[in-house]
Formats: sequence, C-alpha cells, structure tokens
Amino acid sequence: MPGKNSDTRFTKEHEWVRLDGDIVTVGITDHAQQQLGELVFIELPALERDVAAGEACAVVESVKAASDVYAPLAGRVAEINETIVEDPEIVNNDAEGEGWFFRMEIDDPAAFEELMDQEAYDEYLETL
Amino acid sequence: MVPFAGYSMPVQYDFKGELAARCKGGVMAEHLHCREKAALFDVSHMGQAMLHGHGTAAALERLVCGDIAGLKPGRQRYTLLTTEAGGIIDDLMVANLGPEGLFLVVNASRKAVDFAHIGTVTPVKVLEDRALLALQGPAAAAVMARIAPGAADLPFMGIARLMVADVTCLVSRSGYTGEDGFELSVPRGMTVTLANRLLQQPEIVPAGLGARDSLRLEAGLCLYGNDIDETTSPVEAGLTWAIGKRRRLAWDFPGGPAIRAQLDNGPSRRRAGIRPDGRAPAREHTAILTPDGQEMAGEVTSGGFGPSLNAPMAMGYVRRDLSDDGSKLSLMVRGKPLPATVVPLPFVPHRYVR
Repeated sequence: MPGKNSDTRFTKEHEWVRLDGDIVTVGITDHAQQQLGELVFIELPALERDVAAGEACAVVESVKAASDVYAPLAGRVAEINETIVEDPEIVNNDAEGEGWFFRMEIDDPAAFEELMDQEAYDEYLETL
Repeated sequence: MVPFAGYSMPVQYDFKGELAARCKGGVMAEHLHCREKAALFDVSHMGQAMLHGHGTAAALERLVCGDIAGLKPGRQRYTLLTTEAGGIIDDLMVANLGPEGLFLVVNASRKAVDFAHIGTVTPVKVLEDRALLALQGPAAAAVMARIAPGAADLPFMGIARLMVADVTCLVSRSGYTGEDGFELSVPRGMTVTLANRLLQQPEIVPAGLGARDSLRLEAGLCLYGNDIDETTSPVEAGLTWAIGKRRRLAWDFPGGPAIRAQLDNGPSRRRAGIRPDGRAPAREHTAILTPDGQEMAGEVTSGGFGPSLNAPMAMGYVRRDLSDDGSKLSLMVRGKPLPATVVPLPFVPHRYVR
C-alpha cells in the first residue's frame, strides 16, 4: 500500500485518492469521518465493477444517517478493503491510512492531476 | 445544528473541557452515556399549556381517548387526540395539577393544530414563557436527590412543583428514552442557569436530537409524523393501552366507533419491531416485502442503528399476517432484499421506576 506521503488528491465529496502507477487507492477523509461520527456499517463496490467518475459506489452508515461514497475517477474496482466491513471503526481511527475503501485501475491518469491537492482541499474545507 | 419543527437544534455535541473528560461526544457516545449515567436534553421545542377551570377534564375527554377525569392530582398520563376516522392527531402528556388545572405537553410540530383543536372545547393557556429540560438515565434520581428535595420520591408518571437547584420547576418522572428520568418545566429566564447547574453534576452530559432519536427507537416509542399520524389508528400502532378502561365501555371519543370496530375485526396492518438479520440499517420509508421478496408487506417508519443494541433496528407497519414476533420479512435496501425478523418491542428493556 502506498505511504501517506505518496501523491494524494481530494474531492469535494471528501474522498482522498492516492496514486501508485495506474492504480489509485480511495478512502474518505478524516474530515468526513469526523462529520459522520462512529460508522456502524460499510458497503463496498463489487470487484471488477466499472465505475464512472462521480458514481456512487460505496455506502457508509452512522447511527444517524447513510451517506454515499463516490468514485473519484473513472475506472474499474481492483481491490476492496474487507477489514473495514468487519470493523467500520477502523475508518474512524485511521481514515486516511488503514481505513482505505477500495483500489481502482483508472482509465485516464491525467484526470488524477485535476483533483485537488492537500493545500487546495484544506482551503476548500475553510469555505464550508 | 439542524432545523427541527421551526427550531434550530443540535444533532450532537462536540464537547470541550470538563464535558469532554466525561464523554467523547457524538450520537453514539451521548446515547451510551445516557444509558450508563445520565444525559440532559433541551426539549423546549415541545408545546406546553394549561387548561384552567372546572370541567376541563370532561371537556378534554371529548377529544382524547384517555381517562382524564380519573387522573389523580399529582399524576400524569400519556394519551392521544384522535380524529373522527380513528386516526391520531397527536400523542401528548396530560397531568393533573389539582386546583391549578391540567398541564399538557404536546409535540413541537403539532402545537398549532393541537391547541386550536383543544381550544374548541375549553380555553387553552399556552405557556410560551416556559422551557423544558429532560434529565434521563439511571443516575438521574441520584442527581435530583442532591439538588431537588422530594424529586427522587416521585413515582413513575408522578408530577409536582419542586425546587430544583433553587429554581421552581414543574417536575415529572417521565421521559422518552426508556430510562428512569425527569422532565423539568422551567421559567424561560431561569433555563440557562438551571441547565448549567445540572451540567455541573459529574454524571451528566448534554445530548442532542440524534441520541434522543436512537434512545426512543430502542425503547420502542413512537415519533409523531414518522410512526403515527392522522392515517394510523391506535389499534394499528399498538397504542390501545392508552384508551382508558371507562372510555372502552362508552367509546365516546372521536373515532371511538371506528377504533372499536378495528379492535373487533383486527387491523389490516400493525406496527412491529423489526431486526434486520445483517448489519445494514434500514431507514424510514424502506419498503417491507414478503420473505420471498415478491409482495409488498409494509413500510419502515423509523429505522437506524441501536448503540445499546449494537445492531440495526426498525419499526414499521407490517401486513397483519406477517406482523407476529418471529415472522420473516425482507427489507428493500438500495435495491437489494435483506432478510429481517419481527421482534417484540422495546428493543432495549425499559428501566422506569415502578
């Protein structure tokens, strides 16, 4: 798994995206985790599912509500993190590390560059 | 903060300082703190009113199904305002304050409707100048014993005017969590002072709307607008215990004949407790299907995750032949039928003082 200092980008829907070759790892940001509160249920996409950029493909549920998690880029789901399904609290404890959701082979590596970097995401959070 | 019935209310808290040392904050932590120790809820959005004068009990009985004339001074009762068709206009608490009259607490979203309706039979003095605090949890009685002489002696559904930390309050032993607890009707100007005095007690943290909802759902208690409304009857909702014994002989309240007929013939659907077999919660408006997923069998009216139950839970109206405890159902969650089972309510046992 790529380290936290790999090139990481962010979406306005509060996903983080880490690039390693033509594979990206996707999760929800620490900010998202804090806003949701303790997660009690997580549903991940099926392996090899083709997803469009912005398509809802995972679900997180807290005591109070269900929220969608979106594919940040177009591609195909290559790996899912079953351990967070068994123990959703991992996402609350380490959202941007052990609490990753899925990995995808992306169609267009250039699209990754168009996502927000850490600085831009931090600025975006200030506007919320 | 979220809008709720015209008020801006906290869903959950982010505690700082001393409160953070007591509780992590957030819906789950606030919920568990209430079941373990005690939590304070600001429920000032609820409607409070007095009915003064002679004959008010008889007048109110023209609109509700409960025995109000038989309610003794110092006692409170849960009752229902019913429609002519046997639906529920609101569920409310009615207390007998003796010579002062009857004290009512109604749902925030139904204040205008209820008070206009009751105003057709007797004058209603709406108490705009009072707030309502709910102290709920197993440590509530010990806290009250410390700061409110006499409060811990109140029986369940008892009510009295008492001094709480030097503030005169109308205190009832009741609540909406399934736990022992108290509701304090307090003059508006004294509310912050009293709330701060309560929060100085080491057992207490404030809790928001999120915990209030998960606590009441675990306790199997109805939320007006979700689980009951003008289209649901007391029979379907499993609230026939709120119909007074004397009222069942005369059936002389709105919808009495319709409700009696439904009792005799059996309702076509019943409110049921539902446990999804897996871990996925089924939220309100989730479709309930037959176990083979082929036919509609009802709809979830409240659903979520129970922190004390440590499992998902739901209530909903279910076709009568599938509404008995142990019946298998299927819940349509995100396009997939998930197996579920009808279970007795409450999900978490009540711990009222008796």
